[in-house]
Amino acid sequence: MSPSKFPHPDTLSLHAGQRPDPTTGARAVPIYQTTSYVFDDTNHAAELFNLERAGHLYSRISNPTVAVLEERIAALEGGVGAVCTASGQAALFLGISTLMGAGSHIVASSRIYGGSNNMFIHTLPRFGITATLVDPRDPQAFADAVQDNTRLVFAETLGNPGLEVLDIPAIAQVAHDAGLPLMIDSTFATPYLCKPFEHGADIIMHSVTKFLGGHGVAVGGVLVDAGSFDWMANDKFPTLSAPYAGYHGIVFAEEFGPAAMISRARAEGLRDFGACMSPQNAFYLLQGVETLPVRMARHVENAQGVAEFLEAHDAVDWVSYPGLPSHPDHALANKLLPKGSGAILSFGIKGGRVAGAKFIERLNIFSHLANIGDAKSLVIHPASTTHQQMDAEALAFAGVGEELVRLSVGLEYLGDLQGDLDQALAASQKG
Amino acid sequence: MFFSVDNKAVFAATGGKDFDAAKPCVIFIHGAGMDHSCWLLQSRWFAWHGWSMLAIDLPGHGRSEGDALPTIADLAAWIGRLMDAAGLKTATLVGHSMGAIIALETAAALPVRIERLALLGVTAAMQVHPALLDAAKNDATKAYEMMTDWSHGKAAKMGRNQVPGMWMTGNALALFARNKPGVLFADLTACNTWETGPATAAQITCPVHIIASKQDMMTPLRGSKELAALIPDSDLTELDKCSHMMMAEAPDAVLDVLIDRLGNKI
Repeated sequence: MSPSKFPHPDTLSLHAGQRPDPTTGARAVPIYQTTSYVFDDTNHAAELFNLERAGHLYSRISNPTVAVLEERIAALEGGVGAVCTASGQAALFLGISTLMGAGSHIVASSRIYGGSNNMFIHTLPRFGITATLVDPRDPQAFADAVQDNTRLVFAETLGNPGLEVLDIPAIAQVAHDAGLPLMIDSTFATPYLCKPFEHGADIIMHSVTKFLGGHGVAVGGVLVDAGSFDWMANDKFPTLSAPYAGYHGIVFAEEFGPAAMISRARAEGLRDFGACMSPQNAFYLLQGVETLPVRMARHVENAQGVAEFLEAHDAVDWVSYPGLPSHPDHALANKLLPKGSGAILSFGIKGGRVAGAKFIERLNIFSHLANIGDAKSLVIHPASTTHQQMDAEALAFAGVGEELVRLSVGLEYLGDLQGDLDQALAASQKG
Repeated sequence: MFFSVDNKAVFAATGGKDFDAAKPCVIFIHGAGMDHSCWLLQSRWFAWHGWSMLAIDLPGHGRSEGDALPTIADLAAWIGRLMDAAGLKTATLVGHSMGAIIALETAAALPVRIERLALLGVTAAMQVHPALLDAAKNDATKAYEMMTDWSHGKAAKMGRNQVPGMWMTGNALALFARNKPGVLFADLTACNTWETGPATAAQITCPVHIIASKQDMMTPLRGSKELAALIPDSDLTELDKCSHMMMAEAPDAVLDVLIDRLGNKI
């Protein structure tokens, strides 16, 4: 029996946010494939638009199918609420744009997804938002990079592609000491392996496309609010602490209390930027979330087996996987990710880029593509793909060497995966 | 907006409208360990339909300064001083749980100034389980979990929030976690030591409407009915499929009752 009166996360994965459809009795979450919703009368319409009542207006802002996924992920993360978006990158931008405007600054880990790096270094500066990237293993570097105009600290639970484990409590302390929220991209971990809010994070984003969805059939993102940050404690966050003319002078932190940030993200961010998730994609992604606990358990079991196999292989120079004692963050991983260190690992192949290309081309089970977190095992060479916009210096700063190969370990039989890797590694070493 | 009561700042949400003491006023009073934001899905309607609305933070709660007051009588007297500070001759009070018994005591103490009451999740005695009191004193996090557990129905613990994307029990826990140390214990002690319920109820002269839930574990429906029977001019609405946190669990049902009983009275 569960010791708590609150449902266990394994149960929430299947049920949170949904009840059988009251009209048809449908057990599965129905796909509400509709743009809009009929109002009871003109008063009802006006009350919904003025936030006097809760409900659905238009599917860019909310949709019943998407809302189930939002509520379910908020429940799994232990937040107050969530907003789903068209992609993980849309969730990242939604979080940033909800908190700040031109003239603001972000302190972020340097070991992050290449797309996030692009947003911080190349795209956001066009809108007047700059970023300083720092070593995720150095909390003092985060503190030293904070400026008067800094509005956010950002990092990933597990760095991409280097698998650095973020000391979330230490970085959260740095952020909070500076009066700033900590936003975590926890895509690699999922709430099954790590719950960043329990370690002090204030906002979480995921690419739901990855392990949460798990089947590689739909793109989506989510932004989750812990409801813990005091937006009124200083004057850094006027989007939440000052009247907003775009909604009748509403002060989100006053009206919505703990739900201020996520409420503005929906009311403004989805309304004006419009990067919403479709109900069809929400349905696909919900199928994945339902089996998240059992899939993640198998993912990390297989990843551990693959990592140990590679570490012992003659064609491999090094393996980076926090589940290995050789990883510099192994102890921290045991503390923050006790169920396992995820299913992404990277390794350096002997022979560098040329051998790497041969290796990838000889793989049969691993698919060469730009994704992670599929039920099927995947492989990529980041320096020539996901991180290709970086020059040599930036690649080195991001920890992406020419020899680095990234694996996303799937749910196949472990022996088959090891066999596939073994034959491809052998082929890679032949002249 | 802020008022000053006893030389302490008092926060009140106004629903995005300027406060006007000349208009009919409704004051929303939250329960133990809560703040004004628990009324989000009811209070805003009043602000935009002809009323001046104040959803207050009691002393020591939310953004209001000071310490939590020790007794329900103290809190009722404080409501009177708040009305003075706001320039209100009269007001309608809406209270939930501890806020409901504060409203009841205020109406008994200031019968000329209180026009109507709406009382949610309320009984004539508000004894607190010793385990909860002990937790509130010694282990606040445990107390917040107990309060969230006992005040939400089974359905709410699976979510299904009427507000898209919001996780109801997560929001309750986050709201409780904002309390300063000792506030919840002070609130629960004030409820536990309130012994004048039946006598106070008999003194009430204004119309009173009670909203109760069939699944409420903290203030059971039977107790709400007993209280209603003690109040000369009262009636009661039973809600189904929600529990003590009915404003979040059944926001439209609660608002519809408030509109019917209060909102259309101007």
